[in-house]
Amino acid sequence: MSSGVDTTSSRSGQAGHWGKEVRSDLHVAFEARDSGGLEISLESRVAPYYGTAILEQAREVLAELGVKNARVAIHDEGALPYTVGARIEAAARRAGIGLGKRWLPEQHPLPGPSAKERLRRSRLYLPGSEPKYYINASLHAPDAVILDLEDSVHRDEKDAARILVRNTLRAVDFGACERMVRINQLPLGLEDLAEVVGESPDLILIPKVERPEQVVEADRMISEIKSRNGIIRPVWIMPILESALGIENAASIAAASENVAALTIGLEDYTADLGVAKTVEGRESQYARARLVNAARAAGVQAIDSVFGDIGDMDGLKRWGEASRAMGFEGMACIHPGQIRVIHDAFRPSPAEIEKAQKIVAAFEEAQTKGLAVVSLGSKMIDPPVVQRALKLVDRAKAMGAIS
Amino acid sequence: MSGRVELAHNALGRAVPTMVNGKPQIPFLGVGKFQPRGRKAAPPICSTKDYPDNGDKRIANLETALRKCGLRDGMVISNHHHLRDGDKVALMALEAAARIGVKDLMWFPSASFPSQKGAIELMEKGVIHHIEGSMNGPLGDYCTQGKMRGMGVLRSHGGRYQAIQDGEVHVDIAVIAAPTADFFGNADGSHGKSACGSLGFALADSTYADRVIVVTDNLVSFPCVPWQIQGNNVDYVVEVESIGDPAKIVSGTTQITRSPDRLRIAELVASFLRAAGIMKNGFSFQAGAGGIALAFVQYLKQMMKEDGVKARFVRGGSTKFLVELLQEGLTDYILDGQTFDLDGVKSMANDPRHVATSPFTSYNYHGKGNFASLVDAVVLGATEVDVNFNANVVTHSDGRLLHGIGGWQNCLFSGCTILALPSFRDRIPVIVDEVTTLTGPGEMIDVIVTERGIAINPRRTDLLDAVKGSKLPVRPIQDIKVEVEKICGGKPARPKLGDRPCAVVKWVDGTVLDTVWQVS
Repeated sequence: MSSGVDTTSSRSGQAGHWGKEVRSDLHVAFEARDSGGLEISLESRVAPYYGTAILEQAREVLAELGVKNARVAIHDEGALPYTVGARIEAAARRAGIGLGKRWLPEQHPLPGPSAKERLRRSRLYLPGSEPKYYINASLHAPDAVILDLEDSVHRDEKDAARILVRNTLRAVDFGACERMVRINQLPLGLEDLAEVVGESPDLILIPKVERPEQVVEADRMISEIKSRNGIIRPVWIMPILESALGIENAASIAAASENVAALTIGLEDYTADLGVAKTVEGRESQYARARLVNAARAAGVQAIDSVFGDIGDMDGLKRWGEASRAMGFEGMACIHPGQIRVIHDAFRPSPAEIEKAQKIVAAFEEAQTKGLAVVSLGSKMIDPPVVQRALKLVDRAKAMGAIS
Repeated sequence: MSGRVELAHNALGRAVPTMVNGKPQIPFLGVGKFQPRGRKAAPPICSTKDYPDNGDKRIANLETALRKCGLRDGMVISNHHHLRDGDKVALMALEAAARIGVKDLMWFPSASFPSQKGAIELMEKGVIHHIEGSMNGPLGDYCTQGKMRGMGVLRSHGGRYQAIQDGEVHVDIAVIAAPTADFFGNADGSHGKSACGSLGFALADSTYADRVIVVTDNLVSFPCVPWQIQGNNVDYVVEVESIGDPAKIVSGTTQITRSPDRLRIAELVASFLRAAGIMKNGFSFQAGAGGIALAFVQYLKQMMKEDGVKARFVRGGSTKFLVELLQEGLTDYILDGQTFDLDGVKSMANDPRHVATSPFTSYNYHGKGNFASLVDAVVLGATEVDVNFNANVVTHSDGRLLHGIGGWQNCLFSGCTILALPSFRDRIPVIVDEVTTLTGPGEMIDVIVTERGIAINPRRTDLLDAVKGSKLPVRPIQDIKVEVEKICGGKPARPKLGDRPCAVVKWVDGTVLDTVWQVS
């Protein structure tokens, strides 16, 4: 193709990653020009199998973005189609082309809507610029996955990551996992919402929340996008409290919107805010965590714990999880699939607890059928709150598969 | 290569050459269909009168030893891969042959490694005519680019023993690297600075070759005990400074995979053996030294402890993980074909329950049975598998030679053959319509375990019944294939391969199973 007629006014942009260590990603160098049509070059480790498919997709994406004249150099490391599209789109946008337009991958059928009270023992963090982690995440069976746009994404990569996360929400089968997105701290997080809410995430985590107004602002934007896109399924909110002020305002934050499904805590930032060291025992955050649990329960939402940072220390994780459950938390986050099972075990009621609860539930049901107001087990009378707790425990144990 | 190669279709419909390197071939007839006849090959009769009275067979250097063995053009010279990528002896021998000035050798290694890429230069110079033995890395590329003058012949470890024993390949001179030896030629692999464990791969050559040279960097006074190679088969002993790079002979520690997806596969394999009732007292298994196989052993070990189950024997490739099973009383024996790490080498040297085996005892199909077929379950890998469970282990989907067959084909005779693999690699689906190179017939492969589910060969109704009602994700292989193709964005295009054969894959009985085609 002739190069004598182009590029005097070229605008260029790059996105993605390539190299020997990179897997399931690609790098796109995009250069807009005034004439000369499309010139696409491809280097790919899967070229013999998908070279033609990648080139076809590139043309389709560029057409969707309204690009007619450009030079596009693709270095592919075995990326799946939703990543290929995301990186081309990001590179074009960085060149100032295709703004306001988007290419969307094939829609994977959406799972059913997520219940506010659903099981949230484990939620697996997936960095928003690492596509290699997404496709198999659900095989490790966490209760939720979090596509993260905040701390795991470099500030220069936020724009590309939100496109990738949008495509991922649309195209990747996360099985039975709740599909969560952690946006950036507001106001940057509002740009994240604009890109991802249209793909019906089940829950949005808002970091560094300190005041209820922040939740209201995000909630309003989510509602607007939902109604614009005709989305009726819920998009829940989980504020992350990561400062002394956030903890002080926990109750009003939990009650800020009926879409708040849970409160959680970020201990790295919280301990930094207090100016204390974060320890394995977590004594320094005892108060904050207890206050958060109390505020969450007062608002009728779940309390979810932080992450346990040492992926090599499974005993420490188990102890943390058990203590966490004893405090009233209903789950925690994980940064490695290996942590999921340990967390699930830690949050599973013991066989003795389940047995006792089942007896209480049976006694309650018997009293119901007999029309008795008082529930008794053997010679003991059971108080209504104990019955309520037993009902909830049996319900949870069923959801966890601990009883059939 | 010159002239057109005549092709025939074998029992599985694969087009294979009827002549390979001037020798007529029998196309694969089906598993267990070929009936060998006749008598085994034999080395020449020798007399003690022609060897030193004091037993001292030492010769100053390898070049002199090769001359004394009568090295000349067109001979077959063999080496062995027990020093793996650390081996220095093979190139030492081939370069000595080059200095002597001979041409057109057939190099017959039990396996070749990337560090032996110097063999390419010797092929270019005409010293080596062609290689019969596994080729990967640069040697594999050289072969599949059609640059080798003869055709490559890929054999399993058992198939190599069979070929020598049956006289299909006559070894003129075997050069055996020995981590310890005495001047008489007795040699051992489990002691010395270059210790590697078993020398089993050299057994056939030591007993059937016309001439045998032992090369060592650890000469001990007679007798070298134990001896894995008998000095009575050895013509000359050459002492050298170093036979290999210890860092590349065995790894200091073998690494379990850290990939969560691969760990999941490993755990599914172990869970399958437990659910199918194969993991029971007195059982046996074999797993290699790949990341998934090592992790599998760790999961199985935990389950064996939980269920109070003990194995009678496990077969190596041994690693520290098998050694731990032995030391913790979870198996009575390790029957070891090659040793992958220092713990394995130490254990073989010190523990009589850690036994060195050879391709004769373990794998040879033309014998009165072999150990591999007595194993209850084996866990293997593959590069591709098709919906009829046929598998490829030698080439990549683009047709390039990637791996040797190793003991893979021989292990297919176990009671339950399991292939443990990711369902796709770098967007390339592993379950395909038709494998690029058929290395193992589907009727021999019982279970495919991927991260997305377990596919059981419909022939194995017993296994299907055994795991019915378990929580295992058992699915039809076709189902997994369709799911993966959807993830990868459709079926992969099939790379165009040339129509010129550059190597053949032998089955365990010496018949030709498939052809490796030149890559265009």
